[in-house]
Amino acid sequence: MGLIIKEKEFVIPGDVIAEGIDYLPGNGVFRDGDQLVAQQIGIVNLDNRLIKLVPLTGAYKPKIGDVVIGQVVNMGFNGWTIDICFSNLAMLSVRDATSDFIDKKADLSRYYDFDDYITAKVLNISKSNLIDLTMKGHGLMKLKDGIIIDVSPSKVPRIIGKQGSMITMLKNLSNCKISVGQNGKVWIDGDNSGKAIEAIKLIEKESHIPGLTEKIEKMLGGK
Amino acid sequence: MDNISREYLIKTLEKNRRMDGRKLDEYRNIEIEYGISKHAEGSARVRIGDTEVLAGVKLEVGEPFPDKPNEGTIIVNSEMLPLSSDEFESGPPGADSIELARVVDRAIRESNCIDLKKLCIIEKEKVWIVLIDIYTINNAGNLQDAACLASLAALKQAKIPEYKDEKIDYSKRKDKLPLTSLPVECTTVKVNNFLLSDPDFYEERWNDARLTIATTEKNEICAMQKGGSGVLSVDDVKKIIEISLKNGKSLREKLK
Amino acid sequence: MVYSKRIDGRKFDELREIEAKVGVVKSADGSAMFRIGDTVAIAAVRGPRDLYPKFMQNPKKGILRCNYNMVSFSVDERIRPGPSRRSREISLVTENALLPALNLEEFPNAVVDVFIEIIQADAGTRCAGICAASLALADAGIPMRDMVCAVSVGKVGGKALVDLNKKEEDYEEGSSDMPVAMLPRKNEISLLQLDGDMKPDDIDGCLKLAIKACKKISEIQRNALMGKYQMEKEN
Repeated sequence: MGLIIKEKEFVIPGDVIAEGIDYLPGNGVFRDGDQLVAQQIGIVNLDNRLIKLVPLTGAYKPKIGDVVIGQVVNMGFNGWTIDICFSNLAMLSVRDATSDFIDKKADLSRYYDFDDYITAKVLNISKSNLIDLTMKGHGLMKLKDGIIIDVSPSKVPRIIGKQGSMITMLKNLSNCKISVGQNGKVWIDGDNSGKAIEAIKLIEKESHIPGLTEKIEKMLGGK
Repeated sequence: MDNISREYLIKTLEKNRRMDGRKLDEYRNIEIEYGISKHAEGSARVRIGDTEVLAGVKLEVGEPFPDKPNEGTIIVNSEMLPLSSDEFESGPPGADSIELARVVDRAIRESNCIDLKKLCIIEKEKVWIVLIDIYTINNAGNLQDAACLASLAALKQAKIPEYKDEKIDYSKRKDKLPLTSLPVECTTVKVNNFLLSDPDFYEERWNDARLTIATTEKNEICAMQKGGSGVLSVDDVKKIIEISLKNGKSLREKLK
Repeated sequence: MVYSKRIDGRKFDELREIEAKVGVVKSADGSAMFRIGDTVAIAAVRGPRDLYPKFMQNPKKGILRCNYNMVSFSVDERIRPGPSRRSREISLVTENALLPALNLEEFPNAVVDVFIEIIQADAGTRCAGICAASLALADAGIPMRDMVCAVSVGKVGGKALVDLNKKEEDYEEGSSDMPVAMLPRKNEISLLQLDGDMKPDDIDGCLKLAIKACKKISEIQRNALMGKYQMEKEN
């Protein structure tokens, strides 16, 4: 009874983390009768009685309020269809697209054209995974120039860092404009983008190794 | 998969470097592993950067073509496995897959690198059929050069099984397959005005035109294939031949 | 004649040497190689991704699609490329072996594709394929109720044993082959086939052997996943 696998330990699907009714299943954990079982590769995290996993891999799972980077793949009369690296495409309707007034007969491609990248916020998710996006909000915009790279969505928190410490350092030392989507898309623009990409790939690869901040700082020519 | 736009690729090239820091005519790291299946007469795995291809050689006994009654035959087949790329679909080989196999086939056939006369068992009746099968495992660009290199590596390792009383005994493999030369293919793409050897995934995707050139150790060209929907100038072709002869030498070194 | 000593000298409950590696196909969402003796399988997972044609979509949960294939030169007699009746059937039973372990509710309308390629075959290819696929699914981060382990057990020359190789499968004095896949946490059986003849009591004995072998395979799978996620360094 009680906790079988300690906090901060590595688990794989099927590992029984706890038994009995003392604990509750959180993200990445499910209850099977008496057992609380890991359903993903991750690190055990205890929040009072709640057992969660910090996942080490996995596809992007949208949550309301997430800022994501997406690409326009189609256009209709009422809005745009956006690929946000999820199994389903997301919708951006005209009324959520901009604070400007858009006439009913307007050519939507004047705002966002095919293949354009945008940053947007997840407004709503239906049970069958239909997703509505909005671009009304601070810093949500069309991304011009630059490059989009992919990282594992599970590594996004490390790239942003505590209170945005890592991303701020990346921006300052590389002199690039960088925007990170929760869906694992990262936009980088600047003369030094090559170095910034290298640094981000290193964070992704060595996300759990101590002393990472110092390593990145050194790499980008900080002190 | 990262999504690299054509504009970004060209912007990087204009700074005189490639996305991964290579020189324009430089290949990625190449690894060759022999004998990946003990049931093949010869087999190999080739990695060029993150691109990975398997090739295997099997020998069967069959009838010769009527116009070449004392020569063995070659068949090259390729499968672009959906395992190896989000863009490859299940089902019978598509045009790209057939092109991949046929371009390898031409390099092998036209260089006469297999001494087919030595593969005759009984004239007009029985000859060895050399079956080369190519499988893609990961597509990170330039499957063509990897496929050709893997096929040659597999041929180089291949041994002929014993044939007795109308039966092939695959447990007894003795003589090496008679190889007279080692043709290798070098692919170059043109993006804007840049000529890039060994294109990676995005250089290949955004190419205006592509040219594969197969060369032999005698500095002869035995096969070519222009791909892509754009055009090349006569000058481009000259330059690509030059690069391919140079790179072909170092690829051939890897086979030794 | 009783089969008193195995051809390759193993104990009757001994598996062949196993090697497992995760992350072997870089562009895939998850992938793994699983080698048991001279049988080598690689598996790659692509998805969850959009499923077309649309009528195949399920708005309640995601769909699993498996494709098992042997490369032409994985056996002595070359296999013609393309699907065969055998590979279709094995793809189906593989799908059914993996499905009970998966939680696809999170992915309505989507598909998870599993591609299995047998590079070199020396019996037990479907089991090796399932072991590789389970690793690849975990690597892709698909929610799973458990890992899936598979091994073939059977009777050769009247003797119950685990993990038959090709020579044992072809043993002249009689050989029966029973591939089993298990979810090791609760020893649930998700694949069971038999090729040969056995008495009811034999089945029970063979299943016991399979449970023991799957425990071992499960440990090897864990180490392979740890290897990729570099946890060994930390612990």
